[in-house]
Amino acid sequence: MTRVVVTVMPRAEILDPQGQTVVRALHTMGFDDVTDVRIGKQIVLDLSGADPEAEARQMCERLLVNRLVEDYEIEVQG
Amino acid sequence: MSTPAVTVIHFPGSLDHEAAARVMDEITGPGNGATIVSHRAAALPEGTAAVVLPGGFSYGDHLRCGAIASRAPIMDAVREFAERGGPVLGICNGFQILCESGLLPGVLRPNDTQAFICRQATLEIVDDSTPWTSGRSSGETLSVPIKHHDGAWQGDTAACRVVFRYRDGNPNGSQDAIAGIANHAGNVMGLMPHPEMACEELLGSADGRVVMGGLLPGSAVAA
Repeated sequence: MTRVVVTVMPRAEILDPQGQTVVRALHTMGFDDVTDVRIGKQIVLDLSGADPEAEARQMCERLLVNRLVEDYEIEVQG
Repeated sequence: MSTPAVTVIHFPGSLDHEAAARVMDEITGPGNGATIVSHRAAALPEGTAAVVLPGGFSYGDHLRCGAIASRAPIMDAVREFAERGGPVLGICNGFQILCESGLLPGVLRPNDTQAFICRQATLEIVDDSTPWTSGRSSGETLSVPIKHHDGAWQGDTAACRVVFRYRDGNPNGSQDAIAGIANHAGNVMGLMPHPEMACEELLGSADGRVVMGGLLPGSAVAA
């Protein structure tokens, strides 16, 4: 069994309304140093195949990530 | 024997499939107009003349709105139907599914307000050359409700035809206030507003019939 961690983030040039809302909330709470917040997600896959990284990449391209607005990184933890 | 003229796809979490089916039934004659088909089906019913992907929250909007539904078994048949030129209408979540499936370009992002919107909207016809405006002209307006959280379309306007734009303010921050687009061929249409919820004067507007009429061109749909 191999654990593969996929990190999905909104692309840098895409407005992230969730992140912007959190920036405003943090400012309201007094965290004035915050200049930007971007919120993504982490997908943890446990894979039993021979080539878990290639398989995870296919999953990203076909379902897990919308490449129009999201970027991703794959980390094989072994 | 009844012929399933309009096929409405039901995904887990669809909400507005019955409303769409009922409207089409009323237009084509009771019990004769629409069939609701499961997302698990491998093929569209014989005689399908048009397909509706209804509103709702398929798969609880998990992962991304419309993402999981767009990979459902029935979608291969819908794609094939669309490629043959069959009329396909995606309403709200259905629009999200069409974008996720690649049948329409772009993506529906969360509203810039970060809030769920539920109100009547005024739509301006931008392109009157598709079947989805039933003979109405560019510049004319329709009153149709919106109810969504992720309705801000963003994408390449050169890859589609902009059919509807919000008039009197942009409720969700969509690019150029776009409310609905069609593919270049015009047979695949997606919009965030709900025309199936505006087909009775009793409900405040029957303008939605103008859009629903695109499913069965030539029928007496547009009031």
